[in-house]
Amino acid sequence: MKKIGTIALLLAAGTLAFATPPKMPRYRFEIFTTANGLPDNHVYSVLVDGDRIWAGTENGLAVYENQAWKTYTTKDGLAHRAVLSLALDKRTGDVWAGTMGGLSRISGGRIDSYTQLNSGLSNDVVYGVSVEGENVWVATAAGACRLDLHTDQWTLYNERNTPMIEIWVYGVSATPSKVYYAVWGSGILEYDQKTGRWDKYEDPDGETEMVLFKDQGLIHEITTSVSYVDNILWAATYFGDSRYDGRYWHNFLTKDSGLPSNFTNFIKGVDAQRAWFCTDKGLAYYDGTNWAVYRPSLKDGKPEMTVRDAQGTVTPIAVTTAPAHNYILGIDFQGSDIWVATAKGLSHGILQK
Amino acid sequence: MPPRIQTALGMGLAVMAAALFMAALWRDRPVHANAQGNETVAQGYASPLEVLLSPDGTRLFVLCQQSEEVRVLNTATFTVVKNIAVGRVPRGFSLSPEGDRLFVTNSWDDTLSVIDTRTLAVVATWPVGAEPSSVVEDRTCKRLFVANRISSNVAVLDAQTGTEEKRLRAGRGASYLTPSPDGGRLYATHIFPNPSPHRTAPESEITVIDTAHAVVVDRIPLHSIAGVFHLAFSADGRLGVVAEYHPKNLVPLAHLEHGGAFADTLTLFGADVGKQVEIPLDELERYASQPFSVAIAPDKSRIYVTCGGSERVIVVDVPRLLHFIHSRPFPESASFAQNLSASSNYVVARIPVGHNPRGLALNRNGQKLFVANRLDDTISVIDTRTNRVASTIALVSPKTLFELRKGEQAFYTARYSFQGQIGCATCHIDSTFDGLTWDLEPDGFGRDIVDNRPIEDLKDTEPFKWNGGNPNLPTECGPRTEKFFWRSENYDNRTLTDLVSYVRGLPSRPNRWRLPHREFTPAQERGKAFFERSVDKFGKPIPETNRCSYCHSGPKGTNQKSFDVGTRKPADNSGLLDTPQLTNIALTAPYLHDGSARSLEEIWTVFNPDDKHGRTNDLTKDELNDLIEYLRTR
Repeated sequence: MKKIGTIALLLAAGTLAFATPPKMPRYRFEIFTTANGLPDNHVYSVLVDGDRIWAGTENGLAVYENQAWKTYTTKDGLAHRAVLSLALDKRTGDVWAGTMGGLSRISGGRIDSYTQLNSGLSNDVVYGVSVEGENVWVATAAGACRLDLHTDQWTLYNERNTPMIEIWVYGVSATPSKVYYAVWGSGILEYDQKTGRWDKYEDPDGETEMVLFKDQGLIHEITTSVSYVDNILWAATYFGDSRYDGRYWHNFLTKDSGLPSNFTNFIKGVDAQRAWFCTDKGLAYYDGTNWAVYRPSLKDGKPEMTVRDAQGTVTPIAVTTAPAHNYILGIDFQGSDIWVATAKGLSHGILQK
Repeated sequence: MPPRIQTALGMGLAVMAAALFMAALWRDRPVHANAQGNETVAQGYASPLEVLLSPDGTRLFVLCQQSEEVRVLNTATFTVVKNIAVGRVPRGFSLSPEGDRLFVTNSWDDTLSVIDTRTLAVVATWPVGAEPSSVVEDRTCKRLFVANRISSNVAVLDAQTGTEEKRLRAGRGASYLTPSPDGGRLYATHIFPNPSPHRTAPESEITVIDTAHAVVVDRIPLHSIAGVFHLAFSADGRLGVVAEYHPKNLVPLAHLEHGGAFADTLTLFGADVGKQVEIPLDELERYASQPFSVAIAPDKSRIYVTCGGSERVIVVDVPRLLHFIHSRPFPESASFAQNLSASSNYVVARIPVGHNPRGLALNRNGQKLFVANRLDDTISVIDTRTNRVASTIALVSPKTLFELRKGEQAFYTARYSFQGQIGCATCHIDSTFDGLTWDLEPDGFGRDIVDNRPIEDLKDTEPFKWNGGNPNLPTECGPRTEKFFWRSENYDNRTLTDLVSYVRGLPSRPNRWRLPHREFTPAQERGKAFFERSVDKFGKPIPETNRCSYCHSGPKGTNQKSFDVGTRKPADNSGLLDTPQLTNIALTAPYLHDGSARSLEEIWTVFNPDDKHGRTNDLTKDELNDLIEYLRTR
């Protein structure tokens, strides 16, 4: 009996030692910097538009097409050199760029710019932009707004007509049913397109330093990014992230998930289960159970990929490439590939079979 | 009932029916005011604007703007097959690729009429964008593209249901659409220049749309161009031609005698020319004022251009034109527009036609050219082998030439200006404006720059000019025009009276931001309160002369007095300015007397630092937006 027990123990240990980590996507990353055509290495935002890739950098809006980069600057009509956010109007092909000096519309090569002086835009610092139907929803440093492309009417949303307390609006995700705004210091604002009513989601414990009520609401008030997909809200803050299905919240923190950092700049849901997290310590992917992190090692800068399973076991995966930097600012998808905006270059993650 | 009574009753009913029929006929006709300011209905002219031939060439479709109908003529006899009533002020039409449907844009209804060409009946009327001006169906008959002038876009509609799919950004004042010969691309032009920095050369474009995907794929820049009209392709697709105005608005207009205020030009593009190039149609004493429509002969031997102001059709010899372009150094500006001796190299005829020739149609073998003479109610038929008018088809029209009609002819013709260079309509395109700022008087370069104001609904908006210097329209249109614009002997008294009657009677276009029954949206309502307020947000009374509603009072939005609103520039001789009316103010950018404000917002965010142009600096951004929403309803 003792022998059998010993054998079972050895078998279990052996299984553990040679356990295969969950299969997570592996990428070969190609890097774009000023050395190969990007106007600036500081890439705030990235947008996939079919075969074209748009990169919002600190020194202009770059577009990659036919293996070459072209850059639009203020000389071409861009509102400001620093392009913080990008959105595609899938119906028309127009690209909307939120900049540090206004909102620009790039249409067939022509750029029209809207500022707080020449239009109804609430503020020139445009952190986020999202297009839904005939409406362009904008997140600015002084409130949110909507431009109706049919009537050219601007509608401003701020502390006077919404539950917004702070007006520093960082991100927006617009769909035909709901529009979500990430408001820095004011949680998440929800606009119901059908009823025209606003709702608000805040950190239920109201604590900025700790999480008292885990999975009972938004993780923190300092929200930075939202993504609404398949009726699921993915919300990023500088203190952890959240998923909300309309009834239940689930919070993600470094201490109990595969998130490499609670400081999340940008979040993008793939569907109801899967999402990408752009943090200051690398790019993370969550498939609903397991996590993968892609980054240059924080210790030696060498390419690194780790996989964390549901039990919390972290397994390093041998890789030879990684995103250009661990400070990740944005992501978009091109089929099975990913494009990643980082503080030191743009990365194209090519899925490896 | 005795037979006599029956007869009397029958006659009475007949008279009543006839009266009702006549009333129905006249209902919804454009309304003009006469010289005395009384409203009268338009006098029943047809005003043919565009012409089209059926695919088999047996029918000529004539789009009659003033009678608001499509007249269908038999091309063998030129007798009327049918008159088809459409919507208000139709502006453009086209046949489906199959030829079974005729689409008509009704510019004041914001609708599209669909006509079955077999039954010649309107089978559908679909809502579209603001001021639809041109329409094209794609080759697959799946999509319709509609150029909306006020919306400045091209709407994409389901060709079977009329359901709008989306709108594509086009140039400002999007108006004319032309498909490429293979149907793969659609080219959209626009009549007002795109926004550009103050006192820089105007910029326009040809918007190129991929018809299969219904997206904008390119914008061909047209530098120094403001006012782009019809475009045509050669059958092989290797030559594209567009008719356009090239204004010289950065130098004083009074230099008409020193080379002109406008060049009337074509831009050519495509494989035959290589690099895109602009060529003039003008020649000294033979200007081609207001080029509008263009057609290319099937064998690509000739280009035909109607010139609404010069009342001629210009004939360009294509081989000679291409030789001209290729045999000399290519200009750095990609333009020969300033060369007044150029056109003698390739213009082979300037054929006199009727008043204000507009639309063109060539028959299949290219031997007959039909020209719509809008202000004559005639169609000229030109024999292209002789370049002569072979016949003139008179459309059913009043025999009498009423004063409004004569005034409109005077407004559009270029015959009164120095060497026939320009007419009123050159700057007031389609009796509106041109979106440009001008240096009108010979007071030195760059002095007293003025924005071109619209001329709708002018009654009770006197005085005129930005400095209020002209007390009435006869002065504005008479001696002022003679001195500063025409630089030549002006109209006789009778013509001046007719012209003034026409201008004074121009109605305002429907306001697209106004709700029915004079209701307001919440934002407009809030804005109206700011417009009318007498106390600022801090409870401080606003002096009467600094309230919006004081200077911009009354139904037209002007108290007809002059004020200094703090917008005087160093080059202005005075800061005292006439209060402009607010009629359709949303459409008429740029703003302020010199056009320095590119949007309504800039009037207050940039040019009102001291609250002299109304008390506005206490308003938040959303409150200023509300004020603007209200102004757009004026």
